[in-house]
Amino acid sequence: MNISHLVWLAVALPVGGFLLNGALALRRPHAKGLVSLVGVGVLFGAFAASLAVFRELWRQPPHDPIIVRLWSWLPVDRLQVEVAFQVDQLSAVMLLVVTGVGSLIHLFSVGYMRQDPGYARYFAYLNLFVVFMLVLVLGSSFPVLFIGWEGVGLCSYLLIGFWFEEKANADAGKKAFLMNRVGDFGFLVAMFFIWRAFGSLDLVTVLSRATTTLQPGGAVVTAITLFLFLGCTGKSAQIPLYTWLPDAMAGPTPVSALIHAATMVTAGVYLVARTNVLFAMAPVSSSVVAGVGALTALYAATIGLRQYDIKKVLAYSTVSQLGYMFLAVGSGAFVSGVFHLVTHAFFKALLFLGSGSVIHALHHAYHATHSHEDPQDMRNMGGLRREMPVTFWLMVIATLAIAGIPPFAGFFSKDEILAGAFARGGAEPAYYVFFGMGLLAALLTAFYMARLLALTFLGPNRTGDAERAHLHEAPWIMTGPLLVLAALSAAGGVINLPAFVGGGAGLEHWLEPVFASGRALLHFEHPEGGVELTLIAGAVAIAVIGLVAGFRVTLGRPMLPARQAPADTGFALVLNRKYYVDELYDAVVVRPLAWLSRVLLWKGVDQGVIDGVAVNGTAWVSRMFGLVGSRLQTGQVGVYVVLFLAGALWILRAVIR
Amino acid sequence: MTHFIYYLFATVAVLSAALCIVQRNPVNAALWLVSTMFSLAAIYVLLDAHFIAAIQVLVYAGAVMVLFLFVIMLLNLGHARSDIRGPFSIAATVVITGLLGAELLALVRYTPARLAAEVSQAASLSDPSVVFAAGEVTRQEAAAHGVIGVVAAPMFQVYLIPFEIASLLLLAAIVGAVVLAKRKV
Amino acid sequence: MFLGPSLGLSAILFSLGVAGVLLRRNAIVLFMCIELMLNAVNLTFVALGQLYGANAYVMVFFVMTVAAAEAVVGLAIILGVFRHRQSVDLQNINLLQG
Repeated sequence: MNISHLVWLAVALPVGGFLLNGALALRRPHAKGLVSLVGVGVLFGAFAASLAVFRELWRQPPHDPIIVRLWSWLPVDRLQVEVAFQVDQLSAVMLLVVTGVGSLIHLFSVGYMRQDPGYARYFAYLNLFVVFMLVLVLGSSFPVLFIGWEGVGLCSYLLIGFWFEEKANADAGKKAFLMNRVGDFGFLVAMFFIWRAFGSLDLVTVLSRATTTLQPGGAVVTAITLFLFLGCTGKSAQIPLYTWLPDAMAGPTPVSALIHAATMVTAGVYLVARTNVLFAMAPVSSSVVAGVGALTALYAATIGLRQYDIKKVLAYSTVSQLGYMFLAVGSGAFVSGVFHLVTHAFFKALLFLGSGSVIHALHHAYHATHSHEDPQDMRNMGGLRREMPVTFWLMVIATLAIAGIPPFAGFFSKDEILAGAFARGGAEPAYYVFFGMGLLAALLTAFYMARLLALTFLGPNRTGDAERAHLHEAPWIMTGPLLVLAALSAAGGVINLPAFVGGGAGLEHWLEPVFASGRALLHFEHPEGGVELTLIAGAVAIAVIGLVAGFRVTLGRPMLPARQAPADTGFALVLNRKYYVDELYDAVVVRPLAWLSRVLLWKGVDQGVIDGVAVNGTAWVSRMFGLVGSRLQTGQVGVYVVLFLAGALWILRAVIR
Repeated sequence: MTHFIYYLFATVAVLSAALCIVQRNPVNAALWLVSTMFSLAAIYVLLDAHFIAAIQVLVYAGAVMVLFLFVIMLLNLGHARSDIRGPFSIAATVVITGLLGAELLALVRYTPARLAAEVSQAASLSDPSVVFAAGEVTRQEAAAHGVIGVVAAPMFQVYLIPFEIASLLLLAAIVGAVVLAKRKV
Repeated sequence: MFLGPSLGLSAILFSLGVAGVLLRRNAIVLFMCIELMLNAVNLTFVALGQLYGANAYVMVFFVMTVAAAEAVVGLAIILGVFRHRQSVDLQNINLLQG
């Protein structure tokens, strides 16, 4: 089997899974055993294929991406778009992350969604999502990438609104999709610019010719990259298009783990990493990317400080961590961005799935006592380390990873990002500010994660005496994937151990060919020796301070169940209400658009112009013509004779000269 | 002399026609039309088409107009009030008829030589007997046998089929008229 | 012989026939005016027969035949209409109006 077959297999398996599960969802929704087998099986199969691809590339690292052509899609004059995959080091890394973490989450879902009547539909959608995500990371041209881009948006919508009977869930799905569309507009405009400048939409062609076709720092490349970044802000939930992600927590928790933590939201980072040469040529855009990333990281961290829903905290944490990734790729530290993408997939998935286990347990307890409390509110949790010890310790590992405590994975990746930003600061001072924001965000990250742990697992239990008896650890099918993810979160740093620790910077070397053209344009040095150690020490110190502070502040305050807890006041309320951004968007964007659509476009254009003038109007004109014409049919011979003779006279005139 | 008679009958024809179209009583109108036909028959004679003149009197004035009179009597139209249309129609009539008349009267200035010239597209007047060879032949034959002789050969040789079809047409007309006029079908 | 005057006479008679058709409301008189027009055309044919030969005279015969047939059928129709409407006034016969 060569690479083409393996790649094809990796994508085709989830397609088959989708089709089969979809058919089962329509015909035999209760065949849960078969659905589980197919749904999880195809993912593990795809992961095996991805491993094989990786092994092939390891043995013979390609200098240029390997193109696997499937079929010709849009052969239109000069535009020749094929459905083809490109396999290089970066796409191999993404393949492993998507299929690997995906497999674990599929396995977790078997336990989590066991009681749900839409079981088959869930796995069908989940498989479909994997298909589109793979198309996205494997796409060899912008249109194919865009297909994956749109497709994951679609699946996100389907899965967020999985329990669509509740209006709030359906609304959340719509919100996600529509916000993504705004970003997609940016992507499309960027594609138009690229077509105009290069005459081709093929990734290899565009990226290899970028330096010769476009002027570095010029308007065109800046426009292209800014519009691409607009797409990224939508897909990866950065300012200003991030508000859909917290709402997306309305979907099942494994969905949040897979789509809104590990894979789909990282598509934006992947895009910037893939087009690194373009961003390297446009320092303005890079600054925008890094700045927005840093700002989002800080901003989302502040909001996470005062959220009570466990999933919302993790959602804002995701937005914040994505900001870090953009800070990295914006600063030119592309490898760091991808590294953080990988480690974040590990520990964020672990965090989400762990919270899923907790929610599952609370849900069970409340169900047993017929209570209507919110199973996701952390104020209803507490002291769960006694009832769910395995989950607790795994979450501790994840928290240490995300806070950036060595030797866990998050430490290495986050430190590299901050170092990259600092290094670029030497060339452009603005990056020092971004570095500072990132550092502050690290502090807050540690704080709110400690707060989460404290509220959920430590202190007294606030679930209620009747419910406590029903709280127990999650079944092994759910805890098993958590163990694997925890191991990866703990040890994941090895893939890119920096030189000063004695490591070989594996990932950096692996991804060198992909980022070579971009890095060649950026001229700044990695901080050496003493500076680097100071930075690291500072970051670790900040993380430790954040954790300790988080624990002490949270445990020091009296904690009450959600129903009895006092409402927030002052700035805490502003944080809890997410700076009222949703309300702002509603007033500034949503309502005017709705008004415009209803009054102007619907009543005005559709009913008035199209229905009234075009449709009814033409009918009216025809009718008028008909009425006028019918007046000629008087039925009187005399009139007919006159008309006849007039006509004959006319002909006569024409004939006789 | 011939000219005088010709113009005499032409005047009679015109006057009869004019009177025909303005008569209130349909019987009067029919009779004036008969007068027109007689004048036309006389003119045919002057044009050396004696047989056609005879047919005109026999068929047109004799059969068709008699039929008209039968129908008028049958319908008992009698003393009708004036059935000329209103002023708007009169205006339209004047306009159309005037235009038509003006167009057609342009034909008056044609003489055989002139027509020959136009037909053969010659610059000046040509000899009609040369251009219209067929006419010349016909004239000589007509001088010998009369028009009936001239018509006979083409009618039963070249135009035999139209002749037969004409007879079928007459048959159809008769049957149709009988069917249409029956009281109970 | 008499070519020009004949054509002119024919033109006048034809115009008179047209005038009659346009002016009269009585169906039978209308028919008679049509016969007048046919006669005018016959005159034209005969006048031109001297130049164009036998074809013109043959045409005259056929015109007469058809005119006769048409008069027969037309009058039969007028009879039928009269039976229904008790009048031959064309102003009133307008059932086909739309």
